[in-house]
Amino acid sequence: MSATATPAPAPAAPPPVETMTVKVNGKTLQVPKTMPDWQGKPQPTTMLQAARFAGVDIPHYCYHDKLPVAGNCRMCLVEFGTPMMGPDRKPVLNEDGSPKIAKSVLPYEPGTPRGAIACASPISPGMEIYADSPATKQMREAVLESLLINHPLDCPICDQAGECKLQEYSVQHGQAGSKFVEAKVHKPKEVDLGPRIVLDDERCVLCTRCIRFTKDIAGDDALGIVNRGSYNTIAAWQEGKFDNNYTLNTVDLCPVGALTSKDFRFKMRVWFLKETKSVCTSCGTGCSITIGSREGVIHRYEPRENDAVNGPWMCDEGRLNYKWVGRADRLKDVLVRGQKSDWTTATREISAKLAAAPAGSVAIIASARQTTEELFLLKKLATKLGALTDSIAREGEGDKLLVNADKNPNSNGARLTGIAFTEFGFSLPKIADGIAKGTIRTLIVFGEDVTKHGLGADLLAKLDTLIVSEILPNATTAAATYVLPGAAHAEKRGTFVNVKGRLQKFMKAVEAPGDARAEWEFLHELVFNVTGQNGFVSIEGLFNQMAKEVPAFAGLEWAKVGDTGVNVPI
Amino acid sequence: MPEQYKLILKHADEPGYTPDLGCYLRHGGYEALKKAFATSPRALADGKSLSPQEVVRDDVKASGLRGRGGAGFSAGLKWSFVDRRSGKPIYLICNADESEPGTFKDRQIMHKDPHQLIEGMIISCWANDVKLAYIYIRGEMPHGAKLLEQALAEARNAGFLGKNILGTGYNLEIYVHRGAGAYICGEETGLIESLEGKRAYPRIKPPYFPAVLGLYMCPTIVNNVETLCHVKHIVTMGAGEYAKLGTPNNTGTRIVSLSGDVKQPGYYEIEVGKVTLGQLIHDANFGGGLKPGRSLKAVIPGGSSSKVLKAGEVFKLNRKGADGQMTKVDVPMLDLPYDFDSLQAAGTMSGSSAIIVLDDSRSMVETLANLSEFYAHESCGQCTPCREGALWLAKGLHRLSHGEGRKADAEYLSHIAQNIQGRTICAFGEAAAWPVLSFIKKFKDEFEAKGAADEAAHAKGAGPSHELKLAASPNQH
Repeated sequence: MSATATPAPAPAAPPPVETMTVKVNGKTLQVPKTMPDWQGKPQPTTMLQAARFAGVDIPHYCYHDKLPVAGNCRMCLVEFGTPMMGPDRKPVLNEDGSPKIAKSVLPYEPGTPRGAIACASPISPGMEIYADSPATKQMREAVLESLLINHPLDCPICDQAGECKLQEYSVQHGQAGSKFVEAKVHKPKEVDLGPRIVLDDERCVLCTRCIRFTKDIAGDDALGIVNRGSYNTIAAWQEGKFDNNYTLNTVDLCPVGALTSKDFRFKMRVWFLKETKSVCTSCGTGCSITIGSREGVIHRYEPRENDAVNGPWMCDEGRLNYKWVGRADRLKDVLVRGQKSDWTTATREISAKLAAAPAGSVAIIASARQTTEELFLLKKLATKLGALTDSIAREGEGDKLLVNADKNPNSNGARLTGIAFTEFGFSLPKIADGIAKGTIRTLIVFGEDVTKHGLGADLLAKLDTLIVSEILPNATTAAATYVLPGAAHAEKRGTFVNVKGRLQKFMKAVEAPGDARAEWEFLHELVFNVTGQNGFVSIEGLFNQMAKEVPAFAGLEWAKVGDTGVNVPI
Repeated sequence: MPEQYKLILKHADEPGYTPDLGCYLRHGGYEALKKAFATSPRALADGKSLSPQEVVRDDVKASGLRGRGGAGFSAGLKWSFVDRRSGKPIYLICNADESEPGTFKDRQIMHKDPHQLIEGMIISCWANDVKLAYIYIRGEMPHGAKLLEQALAEARNAGFLGKNILGTGYNLEIYVHRGAGAYICGEETGLIESLEGKRAYPRIKPPYFPAVLGLYMCPTIVNNVETLCHVKHIVTMGAGEYAKLGTPNNTGTRIVSLSGDVKQPGYYEIEVGKVTLGQLIHDANFGGGLKPGRSLKAVIPGGSSSKVLKAGEVFKLNRKGADGQMTKVDVPMLDLPYDFDSLQAAGTMSGSSAIIVLDDSRSMVETLANLSEFYAHESCGQCTPCREGALWLAKGLHRLSHGEGRKADAEYLSHIAQNIQGRTICAFGEAAAWPVLSFIKKFKDEFEAKGAADEAAHAKGAGPSHELKLAASPNQH
């Protein structure tokens, strides 16, 4: 459970959950009569959901918690039994008084067990689910065998290897030998579905997760099945035209290696990837993500399930927006008046200048792409220096699913720490005016190219000192007295507050290049040198201090913010 | 000697009988509809009363009418499952996708007497508060579709269809929808998907029982062509009189499609259970016997998906004696009464009432290979066991029937089929598996002999095929 800053108003007490008794693998348990379906609507609890209460995971390919149920893979077939009813419609009892159970059998062959698909079959009172009986295992083995007879078994070169449900279930339910002696069905190996997706039809198990996601979640009826029977293949309405902003989710959803990402295809074995919990920075939604990296290089972003933010999905644009982190022209050196320098020199000089600066002679333009902790430190500097502060709005287009029109990941962080007003850019004209009139002599810029926002090179030239922290070079860094190379979010820890007030923390996946450092590290040195305040040497300490000082974060502790974040009042 | 009993096909084959409305009216057409509309409410013992529509529904249940499509389920019971409280419209669909190999009965009705179907439909729709109905006709029957369109237009012009039918205030429209030629469209939920404009993937049940969540997620009745025609006759005759036709629990008449190795293949309408399989095959009124010099080998009794019966088989069936007690009696295969229950008791089904007769000139291996090829081609491919299993069976049988067999193939094929039946979304799994399971069970010697002969031929130097090389090392794919 994640902590909340101020407890949300208690929702009306939910009605008591009605339960029924079922048995799973011999274990008696009470389970709710209804459970949320893929849209969150209460529906009769299924056998698959009931089994989870017993800690039993029933294998499946086509079923997905957040998609409409299809029931086509048949991997979740389980043997079951229900209380036997007498002619008087009363339960028939065993000698010990327990209800007699009638096991499900084929109506036309009473000696043969009949399975039910656990994903779609509702439980009934007294039902017994035999999720590991010999009959259930035999059904699973047979389904897996059917899925494998025409499968190319090209695991050595398959991107999915290592995270493939065929492999996983083969370990559990596979058979050493195959009795298949016929020629395999061959299908297209490299179908260009769309700009970001390539399909290998031979690996496809036709579970239709991709079709259902694209139609029912992304709202784009672009995928379907063509041909018949064993020759069925997934197809886009027009080859190459599967192109909405959510297509790459189908690669995550694909339980096998059929749908592949052009970006990731044949690039990296997944078992070499280090997984780091992080947050997408491409817009104000702040989807929870997992960064896959190896030896300091990021290879992919994947959505990380978070029902408070993005569910299990993310947009393609955000997912592919990682390559700038590894760009060759990243700022790697500390520069003092254009010359390569070092952190000790730059920090000493900047600290001395700021300590001596008359009140009101410094202005700060921060970025809502910075972490909340960094903005908090900048605000401390600003308070001490009597500095005007502001941030820069970044507006774009949103959509109905996840993409927000606010392209900054931490606009609310900038507002809550007091760096910017509700309306970004409110103070920019005043800062420009101050520079023009000569009252502002020092400008601190973090992560923005102010030359594009009314502070042109001519104006910047009037300053005594321009202190710039950036990740990539731009016109502002070109004009800077001091260039302090910063770290991308993937290279440090911190928090963002999304457009809905969800505060999420993110972890460090890779090292920053060269001398680049996490901004909060050198900012806390500057703050100490200029204000004398200390105590922020670790991100934990810094966050906890911020929680004490910023009202919106009251009561929060770094260690208590869970992986999916907490809501804060905005 | 038993004879045909022509109820549905009473006029269809009479000289000069034409499918137009005028001819139908001259033969008493649409009188049943008028009679249905004039039904009086019926008082019940408990003081409640049934509305006229409820009376007709009750009569259909009381008549014992069972579905003529394949499953033989009680039509009245099916109607009683319809969710009438949902507030959604109720739809009725006539399943005219007749495509089970060996079956050619519904097309006789549609081609020769389309108004009989339409009258049966209008009565059924009225009785079930249906305002919109569809006839889903198989794509390969363009002529039937054309005749039905014409008949519907005639009925509309004559006031039997459309708004305020015969001045009763009841409105109904019926549309013809042509399939595109897939066997699976005969499966009622696959049919509904197809009618909705989608790929005919059968729906999972639960939750998508048509009576509750059918066409456009509304309550829906799906009945076979012949079944709907019987509703007209139940109204005309009254449930009690109708139920006297046939035998108890197997009431009315049925049109049997007889094909294969008989002298007189064709369609024959009989009272259900009043004629035996043997009479249908041998009597001069029906099949007229086998071709000269041939002996009977097997009978596929209810469409190609039903389990085969072997000549000479004897079944133990329950029979009610004169004292009213049930006793087990031996019934030879040819003495099986042709009805729902007897064939079920014999381990097969009357299905779509299509009898395929096989004489001793037929290879069971090749016959089964042919059937399996059909099912592999028609599997929709939605669910795993059928998608992969149906083609697997067909490939194995193709191999066995083309000189590449193995003695072990009989077991091999049975095992594959066993893993299909009962594990699929729809009954197609059974349709694909049952012929294999029953052919191999009953003719195992023939299958093993064929495989053994192939193996022997290869051992003599014919050289194993590519597939057989793989078979030698079974751990390879």
